[in-house]
Amino acid sequence: MDTNLARNILALLARFLSGASVRWIDSQPDTCQRVYFANHTSHLDPIMIWSALPPRVRMLTRPVAAKDYWTKGPVRRYLANQLFGAILIDREEIKVHQSPVDLIIREIGHHYSLILFPEGGRQSGREIGEFKSGLYYLCKKRPDLELIPVHIDNMNRILPRGEVLPVPMLSCVTFGPPLWLEAGETKNRFLARAREAVRSLKEIRDEG
Amino acid sequence: MNIFDPLTLSLIGAVLVLLGAAEVIVWALRRSPASNIDAAILETFRLRVHAWWILLAALAAALLLGRVVTVVLFGLISFWALREFITLTPTRPGDHRTLFWVFFLFTPLQFVLVGTGSYGLYSIVIPVYAFLFIPARIALAGDYKRFLERTAKIQAGLLICVYCLSHAPALLTLKLPPLADELPDTGGGVRLLFFFVLIAQLSDALQYAWSQLPNKHVIVPAINTTRTWEGLLGGTVSVTLIGAGLWWATPFHGSNWWMAAAMAAVISLMGFAGGITMSAIKRDRGVRDFGTLVEGHGGVLDRVDSLCFAAPVFFHCTRWWLSS
Repeated sequence: MDTNLARNILALLARFLSGASVRWIDSQPDTCQRVYFANHTSHLDPIMIWSALPPRVRMLTRPVAAKDYWTKGPVRRYLANQLFGAILIDREEIKVHQSPVDLIIREIGHHYSLILFPEGGRQSGREIGEFKSGLYYLCKKRPDLELIPVHIDNMNRILPRGEVLPVPMLSCVTFGPPLWLEAGETKNRFLARAREAVRSLKEIRDEG
Repeated sequence: MNIFDPLTLSLIGAVLVLLGAAEVIVWALRRSPASNIDAAILETFRLRVHAWWILLAALAAALLLGRVVTVVLFGLISFWALREFITLTPTRPGDHRTLFWVFFLFTPLQFVLVGTGSYGLYSIVIPVYAFLFIPARIALAGDYKRFLERTAKIQAGLLICVYCLSHAPALLTLKLPPLADELPDTGGGVRLLFFFVLIAQLSDALQYAWSQLPNKHVIVPAINTTRTWEGLLGGTVSVTLIGAGLWWATPFHGSNWWMAAAMAAVISLMGFAGGITMSAIKRDRGVRDFGTLVEGHGGVLDRVDSLCFAAPVFFHCTRWWLSS
């Protein structure tokens, strides 16, 4: 099947099944090089963000995903390689000369945007976990990348950890205003600021 | 099923005239600078009129395409309403698999049974079999915290959003008496469903309109501050008159006009009961509309809560009266 058509069908299907509404708060969809970073509670999270983007942005955006999950079986391999163009990271074997950050930078070149989940693994609670340092090292090497915080709401109820079949509840994807790594900002301060940016989007939802 | 018989077309014509009149009133009120009507109220009314156009178009299209399409349309509305209900309701991870079966087995099954007209099955499959399955499946998941509360929440969602609403398309499967000249009444089911949706939506709107009178006696201030005795009585009397005026379009035509009037009054009272029940749930969860719960959604449940409560009562009254 035509890859572009398959992409659009999959995006529509994901939007319907997750009942996702999409909001951009102080932020606009753009094809410039960006890093979308979000909270992570479900295997469907990369698909959620990917399908929430407008088609012309979606074509240029590649999720970073776990190799062990997305290479299991032909369906997942097809989705990851052909449709999302996922950048697969080996979580078990992290080699010194082949760090994930270098791999990501090589893969995106000066063309693609990224979707990544700085918490590392999926969280089971409602709280957002501590961010791993990968985001910081990525920005250190590519300070020109625009960072867009994204909050995904309710996915932990649609497909919680350890479940295979989703329950079609309603969810919401919120994109926030861009931020950058500031000159001389320490790793811990930057990661805390990035995490707070995602958390604040959740609160905007709760007030609405 | 035949939508092209003169009675059905007259009924659709009457609805078009009513909606057109509503549009003109809204347009005139927005234009007139001297109007002392609150802009927010006018905006609410305008959005509602637009929602009715969509509802009318969808219903007319579905009825035109036949019973199967109509049942599928109501099935999708039920599915979406249940989504909103369960999203609002706090469930625990232990309820996940129960919810899966509720959404993907019991909801479609109910509408398949309605579509095939199996009255003996669709009237019990949810209140007996699904209601036994839900607590048993939650118990199997091994989480006993607030067990009865969680069971009741899922049962209530399934009952209101799926079981009750499915009685609206079930109207199409009723056996109707022949027309005056002994011809079979082929469009009767369609008109019955149309009459029901029309009266339910009108009673919503008229209760709201009457409650805007300056004298306000709020019925249950702790639950809903917009539902007043003036709204309930004024709205019910108004739709009773409208129902009586539409008696020629219903299968009650063989009898006196007061049958249609009584049915309209029942729909209005049940619609009120549905609205106030949903208000109580929303108050408890601290939201104003099911629609604002997840930003950007229309709030299907806000529009169909009166239909949910009125459908089974209207269905049973009609069935009992037609068979007696």
